[in-house]
Amino acid sequence: MNSGAEKIVGMSYDVVIIGGGIVGCALARELSRYDLRLALIEKEVEVGFGTSKTNSGIIHSGHHASPDTLKGRLEWAGNQRWSDLARDLKFGFKRIGELLLALQPEDLHYLQLLKKQGEDKGVPGLEIWSPQRIQKEEPNLNRTILQALHAPTAAVINPYEACFGLIECAQQNGAELFCGCPVLAINQTGADFSIQTPQGVFHSRIVLNAAGVFADRVAAMVGAADFKIHCRKGEEYLLDRRLQGIVTRLIFPVPTATSKGVLIIPTVDGPIMVGPTAEEVNNREDLSTSFAGAAKIFAAVHQYCKAISERDTITEFAGLRAVAETNDFVIGPSPVKGFFNVAGIQSPGLTAAPAIATYVTEMLRCEGLKLAEKPVWKAEIDGPFRFARMTQQQRQAAILQDPAFGRIVCRCEAVTEAEVRYAIRHGARTLDGVKFRVRAGMGRCQGGFCTMRVMALLSETLGLPLTEITKRGHGSEVCCPRQDNLSVGDGR
Amino acid sequence: MKSPLRSRYDVVIVGGGPAGLAAALGARQAGVEHILIVDREIEAGGILNQCIHSGFGLHYFKEELTGPEYAERFIRNVQSDQVEILTDSYVLDISPALQLEIISGGYGHLQLQAQSVVLAMGCRERTRGSIRTPGFRPAGVMTAGLAQKMVNMHGVLPGRRIAILGSGDIGLIMARRLSLEGCDVTGVYELQPHCSGLTRNQVQCLDDFGIPLHLSATVAFIHGRDRVERLTIAPVNHELIPDLSRSWDVACDTLLLSIGLIPENELSTRLRLRMDPATGGPQVTSNLETSLPGVFACGNVLHVHDLVDFVSEESLRAGRFAGEVAIGMRRPSDNISLQAGENIASCVPQSLSPDREQIIYLRVKRPLKNCVLTIGDRYEKSFRMLVPAEMIRLTLAPELLDRYFGEMLKIDVRLREAT
Amino acid sequence: MLEKRRLTCIGCPMSCPLELVIIDGEIREITGNDCKRGEAYARQEYTAPCRMVSTTIACNSGLWPRLPVKTVTAVPKAEVMAVARALHTLEIEAPVQIGQVILDDIAGTGIAVIACRSLPSAPNSK
Repeated sequence: MNSGAEKIVGMSYDVVIIGGGIVGCALARELSRYDLRLALIEKEVEVGFGTSKTNSGIIHSGHHASPDTLKGRLEWAGNQRWSDLARDLKFGFKRIGELLLALQPEDLHYLQLLKKQGEDKGVPGLEIWSPQRIQKEEPNLNRTILQALHAPTAAVINPYEACFGLIECAQQNGAELFCGCPVLAINQTGADFSIQTPQGVFHSRIVLNAAGVFADRVAAMVGAADFKIHCRKGEEYLLDRRLQGIVTRLIFPVPTATSKGVLIIPTVDGPIMVGPTAEEVNNREDLSTSFAGAAKIFAAVHQYCKAISERDTITEFAGLRAVAETNDFVIGPSPVKGFFNVAGIQSPGLTAAPAIATYVTEMLRCEGLKLAEKPVWKAEIDGPFRFARMTQQQRQAAILQDPAFGRIVCRCEAVTEAEVRYAIRHGARTLDGVKFRVRAGMGRCQGGFCTMRVMALLSETLGLPLTEITKRGHGSEVCCPRQDNLSVGDGR
Repeated sequence: MKSPLRSRYDVVIVGGGPAGLAAALGARQAGVEHILIVDREIEAGGILNQCIHSGFGLHYFKEELTGPEYAERFIRNVQSDQVEILTDSYVLDISPALQLEIISGGYGHLQLQAQSVVLAMGCRERTRGSIRTPGFRPAGVMTAGLAQKMVNMHGVLPGRRIAILGSGDIGLIMARRLSLEGCDVTGVYELQPHCSGLTRNQVQCLDDFGIPLHLSATVAFIHGRDRVERLTIAPVNHELIPDLSRSWDVACDTLLLSIGLIPENELSTRLRLRMDPATGGPQVTSNLETSLPGVFACGNVLHVHDLVDFVSEESLRAGRFAGEVAIGMRRPSDNISLQAGENIASCVPQSLSPDREQIIYLRVKRPLKNCVLTIGDRYEKSFRMLVPAEMIRLTLAPELLDRYFGEMLKIDVRLREAT
Repeated sequence: MLEKRRLTCIGCPMSCPLELVIIDGEIREITGNDCKRGEAYARQEYTAPCRMVSTTIACNSGLWPRLPVKTVTAVPKAEVMAVARALHTLEIEAPVQIGQVILDDIAGTGIAVIACRSLPSAPNSK
């Protein structure tokens, strides 16, 4: 479970992972197979709350990145791991395939190149589709599309669900998690790193730097800053369920130098999402959306699907890609022995994450870390249950077992009280933590109806007053106490 | 956890707010025996329970009541009429054969057969996403209705220094409410060149407390990583595009949104009812029956009202018609299509039958002074002022239609020609 | 002394902009109104403006922690904030009946305050 600030830290670990994004969580699960004292420390209040939360959720088909790059090699290897992960960790996964569209005559050549690149990498099923075939398969796309490259291996997931599942599995196999725990300084004495945090000092022989957009700063703390991270912001717009099913595959335009272009994404839960933009920003906390971003996205999408309009937006958000100067992943030993970077994880980072974890593990083995497999290692986790995905019979049985399945908290996404309670038992500490685990507040009304019910459940379960419940950690309190002379309690 | 419920009801009403409660009374008036209201909250009354201000009931009860008082009167009448109210329960699905799948905190998973169904699910508020306000995504941005629930039901405040986007009635009411609670309400910002709430609310909720109303202005950027810290406000041009060169910043910790209501039609869409994009609700006949026979709709799920009194009136009728169908009574079906014409945003119902008195509700698109409303060549009425904020209610006597042989009537509002 | 006051009539959607000419505290002229209601409203608003006050008081043993209450008649506009502040210091025990008198005289106005709903006790409180 998630730990609070009350934990007294001074323990020694074999490996400490800095950063609980998709890469850190995948590393934690992979390393939890071995007999190691392992900790993951995360700056935000929950794992997955940085770049991973705002990722598009695409498991790329495997042919996009060149095999001459590390990201290109790990992309296809990662892709093949996700169906097993989704099954074991009980998160949504749909292999829906993708279509890469040629809109201009000059794009046609690129389709051929990419097909060849994919085939050389061993990506199966790549096919060039004619306009007739495109019309038949995706009738809501514009009729002006010249050709498309179909890749059946592409899939969609919710990246935050993957983070929650990976870390829960790691924890159940002995890894320790510390959230709300930003790294303040790192000192090295001999073969020992001491990592200063507000929750105390962590000692470790090996440090894995998976700190995302802050990875170069963390590396600088030990004098290992031989790379620089810059942030490339992407805005995404989630659309009303009215448009659900308008396309059934991921839709890509031909990419540019800095991005894969604006995509149409049928998310794993059904609603359509469009985005992202690609904009270089200096501020590493700039998660703002903009008029210009929205305009860019919808103008781009109109070129391939006229039926999608900004009117249907139900929410929008932005995320930051951590891009290294080399434009490739920065994975490997740093100039400081025992300190390893797993940085610059830009697209296809999510896809590659499971392969990155294995790659890093093998690297540690080569560097001399003793990796003895635990006699018992459990690959699966139990939950979470999804009432909305149950059959009528399953629903009946669930309610008989726990009446809290009979109480709907979020009506837009049909989330029950039992699921919210489960999420809190399994680490959710905030409104966003509940929302990203069970979807309460993610639908059309965006929490208009369920916010107070979720807050009351958090308040009751965590033993905190309503006024201390936050959206995503300290400073993001949702409400404040009354100021009457009379003491009226905390409003629970 | 044995259910005391029947497996068959004459009329099942989805939603126990003002619409559902009145529909139950209407169904009882029609003479049906078994009526059930299903409500998802722990008590009936719907949004009225959090609308603690007065101003309800002037038409229906001929006295001014607060929301909770209005609700409780109806709940008492419904209870003394032996209507069953199933609270803490949620209708998951309705089949075209009117079988309902319900889950209930008290009784688990239920399946019921209804003879007719009344949809009375109300509406929800538009959110930040629907207007794509740029900026960060901190805590402290919420709909005015959520803030109302926080203050009036849960006893906590949404923040200390409040800005309000949109001049809808709930926003205006919350400006007053939070002022009374000692919060600092910095201003109300409205995209349109006119206030979208009632004049009375503008005067008594803003002017009384010295709260400025900025027309033709919007929030152009939300600042603050964790909690709202500041807003950039920009005036908009006639195409409603913000002019950032003339923007200014306002310090606040909370942004309330009062930017409109949307009928809550998840169930209606699942039932594949024919919808009216102008109202956001199902299309209905003059009996308030939807495109699926036996399914009726009333209140804010049908079209957004501004007076609960009209919700009650409409819902009593919907309940009565639903009750009649449940006991096998069928009135003649409609044979005249009713269409919104010039300056009309929407009208309900969307068709008429000439055999009885009709009530028509409609809204204009923009404020109109000195105008004439016509329904084909059958009806004409002058108005000194019509505004979008106030729904117009018309009654048509049967004799107006009984010698009408057309298939379509159009409602228009035109400015009276200058004489 | 001549004074001018501007008001917006709330009698109907016309929202007539009223202008009052006041000399030595007396209304001499009302303009801008389209009908008689405007004049009556202007007089009332100028001489004795009053408002209903509705707010909530604490009820920690109740199904909800707040009980909605209102003044039985409108209170002078100048007293509205004082009335609200006084009400916010009150606490009541559940159960409460609708119409129950909470206080006979709120903040010296001579006006009673009543409960706007029945509020049962919270299921888990004694």
